[in-house]
Parts: sequence; structure tokens; C-alpha cells
Amino acid sequence: MSLTENRPVFLNLFRIRQPVSAVVSILHRISGILMVLALPGLIYLLQTSLSSPEGFSQVVALLDGQIARLFAVLMIWMLAHHLFAGIRFLILDFDVGLTKSVSSKTAWFVHVCAAVVAAIAAWALLFSGASL
Amino acid sequence: MSWRPSAGIRNWLVQRLSAIYITLFLIVFGFKAIGVWGGEPVSYEVWRAWVSHPVTNIALILFIFALLLHAWVGIRDVIMDYVKSVPLRYIMLISFGLSFISMALWTLRTLLLVTPI
Repeated sequence: MSLTENRPVFLNLFRIRQPVSAVVSILHRISGILMVLALPGLIYLLQTSLSSPEGFSQVVALLDGQIARLFAVLMIWMLAHHLFAGIRFLILDFDVGLTKSVSSKTAWFVHVCAAVVAAIAAWALLFSGASL
Repeated sequence: MSWRPSAGIRNWLVQRLSAIYITLFLIVFGFKAIGVWGGEPVSYEVWRAWVSHPVTNIALILFIFALLLHAWVGIRDVIMDYVKSVPLRYIMLISFGLSFISMALWTLRTLLLVTPI
């Protein structure tokens, strides 16, 4: 018994080097949870924007602020990552791309595509002065 | 033998079908929004006319429902994977479930009450 009880357990997630597909998987979950938490706020904005002309201009003014823009870029990045990772999972469901080498290539592809979308969003919303 | 798919298969299917609708909605309405408004500031009247149009209105309601179904299957998986304590697990599942039902009704109420000016 003591032999099994004293076995070293190495489960420090911050020190295990995760394969890239594991990073895609956990980011898919984290982005999903964060977007769920943002839902009530978004529904509230929808409701306020439709309630009255005053409510509409309040929402427009809020979305025009720097913090909202930063928040929107983060949301777009999470959404893009969640979407691309989801498409990857859907393809994996059909037994395509299951080998280790292909799966890590598609995992990198997910990260890169999401980063490109986030970069475009950051450029458009933070630097070019476009409004939401 | 039951003809109904098992809960696991059903959740898997709900997750994928809702994901496809969410994606198509975002693509179609996202591009339409860019094309129609083209970065111009949108007025309250235009926004309200757009949301109250029957096609947009129903597509938006279906979108919120697909989103909440998708979120429910996802959050349920996450809770069942990480929350080991059974009472806490049930408390979290019930809290999220009730809040998703509330959000569905809240959005339904908001969207159905919108009329063009």
C-alpha cells in the first residue's frame, strides 16, 4: 500500500509543458465561460438600445469609450478562437486530422487565425478610429 | 429499445447544430450590417426598424435560443468535469439553468415588444 500511496504525483499544471492541442482545448473552455458571463451585460445593452432614443445614445456613448473598445477586441478574439477551435473539433469528430502531427498543425492554425482576427479588430477599433 | 437518441448523443447534436446556426447568423448578419450601414453611424430609427423587421426579429430570437442552448450544453460539460462536490455541482447547474431560462425570456420579451416607429 505504502508503495502506491507514496508515488510522486506531478500535476502542477503550470510546470507541465502542454501540447498545443491541449492549449486550444482549454482556451475553448475559458473563452466559452467568459462569453457566457458576458451574456447578461450584452442582453442589457440590447434592451437599453431599443428602449428609447436616450437609451440608444447611452449605449452608443458607452460602446465608443476606450474600455468598451478594449473589451470588444477581447470578445472578438475569444469568439474567433472559440469558433475556429470549434470548427477544428467538428472536423476531428469526423475522424479527420487525428494523428499527432496533423492535430498539432491544425491547433497552431487555430491560434494563428484567431490572432489575425484579433489583430484586425484591434487595428479597426483601437487605432483606426472606427466605431462599433 | 428506445428510438430516442441517448442524452449524450442529443447534447452532442444540439451543440453542433446550434454552433452552425450561430456561425451562419454571425456571418450573414455581420456582413449585412457592414454592407447596409458601411461604418456610418446608425440612428435609433434605423436600428429599431432593423430589429423589428419580422425576418431579423425571428432570426435574432432563434440566435439567442441557439446561443443559450449552446451555452447550456457547454457550461454543463465544464461543471460536470471540474466540480467534484455533488451538492455544489447541483447548485451550479440549477443556477446556470435558471439564469439561462431567465435570459431567454428576457430577450424574448425585449425583442417581441420592439415595434417600428
